[in-house]
Amino acid sequence: MASLLTLAARRAPLRLGRAVTSVSSQIRNISSSPIDPSVGLTDDQKELQSLARTFADNEFAPKMQEWDEKQYFPADVLRKGAELGFGGLYTREDVGGSGLGRLDTSVIFEALSTGCVSTTAYISIHNMCTWMIDSYGSEEQRQKYLPKLTSMEHFASYCLTEPGAGSDAAGLSTTAVKKGSHYVLNGSKAFISGGGSSDVYVIMARTGGPGPKGISCFIVEKGFKGLSFGKKEDKLGWNSQETRAVIMEDCEVPVENLVGAEGQGFSIAMKGLNGGRVNIGSCSLGAAQASLDAALEHVKVRKQFNQPLSNFQNTQFKLADMATSLLSSRLMIRQAAAMLDQDHPSVASFCAMAKLHATDECFQICDDSLQLHGGYGYLKDYKVNVYLRDSRVHRILEGTNEIMRLVASRALLTE
Amino acid sequence: MSNLRILVATKRVIDYAVKIRVNAAGSAVETANVKHSMNPFDEIGTEQAIQIKEALAKSKTGTAEIVVVSCGPVKSQETLRTALAMGADRAIHVDSEEELQPLAVAKLLRAVVEKEKPDMVILGKQAIDDDSNQTGQMLAGLLNWPQATFASKVELGDKSMTVTREVDGGVETVKTPLPAILTTDLRLNVPRYASLPNIMKAKKKPLAKFTVADLGVDIKPRLQTLKIVEPAKRQGGKIVESVDDLVDKLKNEAKVL
Ligand SMILES: Cc1cc2nc3c(=O)[nH]c(=O)nc-3n(C[C@H](O)[C@H](O)[C@H](O)COP(=O)(O)OP(=O)(O)OC[C@H]3O[C@@H](n4cnc5c(N)ncnc54)[C@H](O)[C@@H]3O)c2cc1C
Ligand SMILES: Cc1cc2nc3c(=O)[nH]c(=O)nc-3n(C[C@H](O)[C@H](O)[C@H](O)COP(=O)(O)OP(=O)(O)OC[C@H]3O[C@@H](n4cnc5c(N)ncnc54)[C@H](O)[C@@H]3O)c2cc1C
Repeated sequence: MASLLTLAARRAPLRLGRAVTSVSSQIRNISSSPIDPSVGLTDDQKELQSLARTFADNEFAPKMQEWDEKQYFPADVLRKGAELGFGGLYTREDVGGSGLGRLDTSVIFEALSTGCVSTTAYISIHNMCTWMIDSYGSEEQRQKYLPKLTSMEHFASYCLTEPGAGSDAAGLSTTAVKKGSHYVLNGSKAFISGGGSSDVYVIMARTGGPGPKGISCFIVEKGFKGLSFGKKEDKLGWNSQETRAVIMEDCEVPVENLVGAEGQGFSIAMKGLNGGRVNIGSCSLGAAQASLDAALEHVKVRKQFNQPLSNFQNTQFKLADMATSLLSSRLMIRQAAAMLDQDHPSVASFCAMAKLHATDECFQICDDSLQLHGGYGYLKDYKVNVYLRDSRVHRILEGTNEIMRLVASRALLTE
Repeated sequence: MSNLRILVATKRVIDYAVKIRVNAAGSAVETANVKHSMNPFDEIGTEQAIQIKEALAKSKTGTAEIVVVSCGPVKSQETLRTALAMGADRAIHVDSEEELQPLAVAKLLRAVVEKEKPDMVILGKQAIDDDSNQTGQMLAGLLNWPQATFASKVELGDKSMTVTREVDGGVETVKTPLPAILTTDLRLNVPRYASLPNIMKAKKKPLAKFTVADLGVDIKPRLQTLKIVEPAKRQGGKIVESVDDLVDKLKNEAKVL
């Protein structure tokens, strides 16, 4: 008895320290696990991954269910993460970015989302906006907006979708008309993540004729005349971030807030989305990893028919299938991320296929984990339901998975 | 103005969260393919050195250079990189694939101290792998320096430090002149995360390497481990009928009353 207590005490007090509040299951012998997410990474990437995972374990995981339940946007925790560099992962360093690559970023988002998918997904959208301004903005725009975005003193939103233009984004109808020193924007954007809580909106609007070539990209600040927000949407998941309509009524935007040239907006939006798709796929990987870890834990402990669930061959085969599709998803996402780093000419279709495969398969892994939990998986005391609800929308946004098939099939059929 | 050099000892150990297992031979804990990280008490030590450096810079009363040292296999360099990413200035790796017992480490550290001439050496009160809790004390003995162990608070004075120590039944405050040895307890501070840019920059900070032979230290083990065994498996719980039944079981089965 006494010896058991000493043993427990030996490690228990360390829980006070920073590295040590992990609520997740104990770490298995790493290299022996086929779902170890560090396999194949460089030493540098492993370090980034370990920092992100520790941050997720300490700052996200203990709060995930509460944020979901209360629909709470954890601005302070995001800013704490930004101090470590999460606010501008692939933004240049002169404006406070971390200057990392897209594969590094994917590894980080995967690790962070094991603690909270919804919060990590918002960070990914913020990073996409920050990168768009960094890559296509003028030097003045970079210096004016990016330091406050990389520190997450300000939050950013990406505004493409409209009530009448979802999958057919190039058909958007928000207009921007140049009048002297301003563009005047009219129209509304639907489903904007961070809408209302963000300070900076990267908005696509039509300055020219119909189709993609008539679209331009603008930086619009909260507080610009004529900008307002719709009601907070009540959602199945992604509850730690607000989603609202963004409404422009004669909204005045100074001409110097045009990003790139007139007519370049759709191409900028799509470049952002290639990376966005890899990012959102990475968030699905984290959801699937955490769900599979939870299932592995549960089937060893839960007994039915006088034996642990892990004794049944159905359970064993199911786990093997889950691990296999997690691994295939991860490999596709990481290949697409590496192609973004190389600026590969076929990157769009690889990003689309990776997003399609990873978000569908990882959602299925969350559902399989829920199934292995039996009735308990359906209860909100367990975490699996949150991973399932949060990752469901990944099959819809940043282009639905049907649109991913469209992108892939076009690339296949084009001579 | 005080311009300090602080030496911080950091050890690479099996990560606190890993389920440890005894190896097949029953001679040691299994370390192959197991996640390792910096001994948590050494993270606290590194953090303390950084806080001292930051405080000196903020009050413009001096500067501090933080040198981290680790004795052990090549992989210990990962631990040193972590300390550099947190904010240490440079690192020293004393390479040894041999087993290093506390006395050997204390002697290696003494050799490093003689080279570096630090004003303070910070160590963890213990490493969470072998829980020896001796290296700091032995180093103080070898150097004939004052020591303040199990620190929960440190205040730097003029060529001295005042340390609050956690002792049985309370806290004790001691003041020692510098140079001195400090060992950290759990409540001293909460170590910071290394930021992503600092992780990348840490690659460029200097890391010097020595062999045991370079330092001319005899590291021969003085203790022999006879065997390592796992603790007995925990038995399932039992529901008792009454308080009397409970007391009876505590007395006669568990024999704890
Ligand atoms: C929680 C949440 C957050 C969001 N955040 C943002 C954001 O921050 N910024 C932003 O701009 N947008 C955002 N969106 C919008 C998202 O990108 C769109 O919902 C998505 O592009 C789909 O558009 P839609 O909802 O209008 O669906 P629709 O386009 O109406 O699609 C309905 C269905 O029809 C299918 N379909 C449509 N066209 C075709 C076709 N040609 N062939 C085959 N099938 C087709 C679709 O695949 C889908 O299954 C968000 C959405 C949600 C739910
Ligand atoms: C919302 C809700 C309402 C409910 N309402 C009622 C109610 O009104 N009345 C009532 O009596 N019950 C009710 N239930 C309980 C429900 O019937 C059980 O949850 C269900 O039978 C599964 O049992 P379990 O949750 O203990 O899961 P477990 O039996 O622990 O199963 C966990 C997993 O292991 C699998 N498994 C178990 N045994 C085997 C095996 N031999 N081979 C292969 N796989 C195996 C299961 O298929 C499952 O995937 C309710 C449950 C929920 C969630």
